[in-house]
Amino acid sequence: MKRLALLIVILSGGLLLYATKDFPSWGDPNSPASTHVSPRYLEKSLEETAVPNVVTAVLADYRGYDTMFETTVIFCAGVACFMLLRKFEPEERDLYYRHIPTGLTLHIKGEKQIPSTSKEFEKIDAIWTPYDFIINTVSRFLVPFIQLFALYVIAHGHHSPGGGFQGGVILGASIIVLAVAFNLRTAVRRFGEKIDGIMSALGVFIYAGVGAFCAILGAEFLNYRALAKILPVGKVMARSHGILAVEIGVGIAVMAVMICIYNNVASEGKFDEGL
Amino acid sequence: MDFLLTHLVAKYNFWLYIILMMIGLYAMIAKNNLIKKLVGMNIFQTAIILFYVSIGSKRGGTIPIVEHIAGGGEHAINPTRYVNPLPHVLMLTAIVVSVSTFGVALALAIKIYQRYKTLEEDELLTRIRES
Amino acid sequence: MTGNYPALLVTVPLLAAFVIYGCSWLHKRSCLFMALLGLTIPFAISVALLKKVLINGHISYHLGGWDPPWGIAYELDPINAIVLVAVTTVALVNLIATSKEIETRFSDRRGAFYALYLLFVVGLLGIVATGDLFNLYVLLEIASITGYSLIAMGDPARAPLSSLNYVFMGTIGACFYLLGVGYIYIMTGSLNMADVHVLLPPLYHSSAIVVAFIFCLVGVMIKMGFFPLHSWLPNAYTYAPSPATSLIAPLMTKVMAYVMIRLMISVFSPKFVFSSIAASNAVVWLACLAIVMGALMALAQRDVRRMLTYIIVSEIGYIVGGAWIGNATAMSGAVLHIINDVLMTFCVFLSLGAIARSTKGYQIENFSGLFKKIPVTMATFVVSGLSIIGIPPTCGFFSKWYLILGAIEGGHYGFIVVLLLSSLINIILFFRIFEEAFFVYPKTNAVHTEGEASIAIAETPFVTLIPLVLTAILLIFTGIYSGSLIALIIKPVVSAGLL
Repeated sequence: MKRLALLIVILSGGLLLYATKDFPSWGDPNSPASTHVSPRYLEKSLEETAVPNVVTAVLADYRGYDTMFETTVIFCAGVACFMLLRKFEPEERDLYYRHIPTGLTLHIKGEKQIPSTSKEFEKIDAIWTPYDFIINTVSRFLVPFIQLFALYVIAHGHHSPGGGFQGGVILGASIIVLAVAFNLRTAVRRFGEKIDGIMSALGVFIYAGVGAFCAILGAEFLNYRALAKILPVGKVMARSHGILAVEIGVGIAVMAVMICIYNNVASEGKFDEGL
Repeated sequence: MDFLLTHLVAKYNFWLYIILMMIGLYAMIAKNNLIKKLVGMNIFQTAIILFYVSIGSKRGGTIPIVEHIAGGGEHAINPTRYVNPLPHVLMLTAIVVSVSTFGVALALAIKIYQRYKTLEEDELLTRIRES
Repeated sequence: MTGNYPALLVTVPLLAAFVIYGCSWLHKRSCLFMALLGLTIPFAISVALLKKVLINGHISYHLGGWDPPWGIAYELDPINAIVLVAVTTVALVNLIATSKEIETRFSDRRGAFYALYLLFVVGLLGIVATGDLFNLYVLLEIASITGYSLIAMGDPARAPLSSLNYVFMGTIGACFYLLGVGYIYIMTGSLNMADVHVLLPPLYHSSAIVVAFIFCLVGVMIKMGFFPLHSWLPNAYTYAPSPATSLIAPLMTKVMAYVMIRLMISVFSPKFVFSSIAASNAVVWLACLAIVMGALMALAQRDVRRMLTYIIVSEIGYIVGGAWIGNATAMSGAVLHIINDVLMTFCVFLSLGAIARSTKGYQIENFSGLFKKIPVTMATFVVSGLSIIGIPPTCGFFSKWYLILGAIEGGHYGFIVVLLLSSLINIILFFRIFEEAFFVYPKTNAVHTEGEASIAIAETPFVTLIPLVLTAILLIFTGIYSGSLIALIIKPVVSAGLL
């Protein structure tokens, strides 16, 4: 197998390297890639979409259809992780509980269990480790600041590097920080599985919904110019607002999917202690 | 010597990324452990992303955020001052695709491990044949 | 609204998938109805689009209102439109026929299953309709990722590893395609198919474009299961759950074959592709090898599912060989074979899924006496088998006929010999199953007299049976109307420059 791999790699690598002799040099401003399609993006994006960050303008407006499918890809990954791994009834029937005031651990074999609403006992697993006070407190303090920064990244994506994907990942990370610092059950209590699933679908639905809404209003699919009919702004600003709306949708979807993938993969679908 | 100078020095970025791609491709095909194959896949895809992004660079160009004065007063924008934004956009998509494929592949690896308690391919084939 | 049909075709199942997944967390029972709605509307739209394309010739839809090459465009011509109808038909009929099995087998995650099912169809519809190279890559990845997950839901012992091997090979294929597109972008600066077609002719001699074509082609060939890059196919399709197999097996490989033909005629024109006679001859010989190896490996299988997956490898060999022979008749034969193969493979896998309810396993021995037990289902299996062999008036005969005509015109007699040889092998493959199913071999001497009487008719439920019978009738219908289909297909093929 290794020899076959070496042969394939040398063949493909050789072909690819041989073809570079026709390439323009690195950084050449007169290369076809820099002179054919993209100058119009750079020159016209401010006057056509009122968005100075050209990458966001191209991503969400000129090539917005691609981005919708990109969000669908990440949605598929979340749904796939859920569908493949989730175990609703775990196999082992041994339950471990910890008495919070004293730190005593209970190991219950068999069918009986302590009700989940009990305030004194918390459900743990055999791999439980004692918590570190510093990590717990610091992460709890950090979460709202992380989320604020993420919202800034989404909203300010028009003027600075950022946008929906980047902000969504940071939002997802704010909940995953809780899951890593405490345990998965705490994070799931804060941001439940049901709301997570609904939000992942909602986020992408906002994106495709904005596009369909533009089609209903008379323009082509994802042509934000049509939004000028219902918003009290001109056609150019309507594009800017359309871009913001889809970026919000993307942010919600990416956040929910990141959390879903982490929850399912880290706990192997059992939604217990996690890592 | 001339050939090397003109082609290698002027385009060494492409050469580097192609070699990186081939390292990832080799790992994907030749390694025995499933997780090592996954890492090889990630290296392969990341190298392609770097390859694309380097297509868009321009000597002396800055990030593609157009300078503007708030409240109007635009001046003509010179495209050669800014880096080509299109490869960046394409590669945002490619990064997301790479992450999604990695997530699904990890979920599959977990399922395999839960069933067979090993991640080495030759061991897996023996255990499958036995069962 | 009718002007937006190309976008609605892809967006309606997309929105339906999101609504289904969201609602599955609240109310599970409504998921099936929404899934059926989400597939019926695209079916109707694709038929309407076919009618429009027949009247207008070519439809171009600019998404976001931006003209290509600055925006993404959907380009529909007769080849596209017919393949779209085939894809939506298979998806809808498969969902109706396997809905009961999905509801019972995956009841706690059926929302996720329907969502991924619909997204797989969205990916395929987008791949067929799009006119942008990078958009094709994104949609290809949607179809691939949903395919990997649907396949992994099968037999818990073998499906995850088969799916993971499919992940590795499929990712290599998609990344090779992406590399090819990257090379095209470096040399031309554009991603739109029509724009690249215009910009490429002065660059035909450059090695970068040749390498770009090779890498795009190899990537697509990996994803379509062309020998020798097919190693992921038998395991992935054998161990997948049967609702997923009867969706993915007919569609994924054939849509990839369509992509190859689209690249050959609309992006790199036939002048470039067939400029090296040696290379195109080599590909035709490789296709002949694929046909023979597929048929021989199918002969060696005792498991009927695996046998059918090797037949898929053989069929892809027909399509690739027909496309690379280099004249308009053979190329139209290849496109007709894509459509026919979608229907034939669908019918055979769906009937196999229905048969599996009545047998203990998938080995040929398990088929004994089935003609008495499930006569109508076996009849549809027989019709699809005859179509794969190539017996008129089923559709399989007509596409093979046009492929042979094209091969005679192109002088590739080896291809004709291989085609006839594989048809003979297919006769053996299917008739041994028919023979096993027709006679009841008594298992022990003691129950000799009970053997005949104990086999009562336990036919498949109507929800599966009626779609099966309709598909079998469709096979014959498509065969009868092959002439008009070929007349439709040959126009864009000839106008692209093939003779």
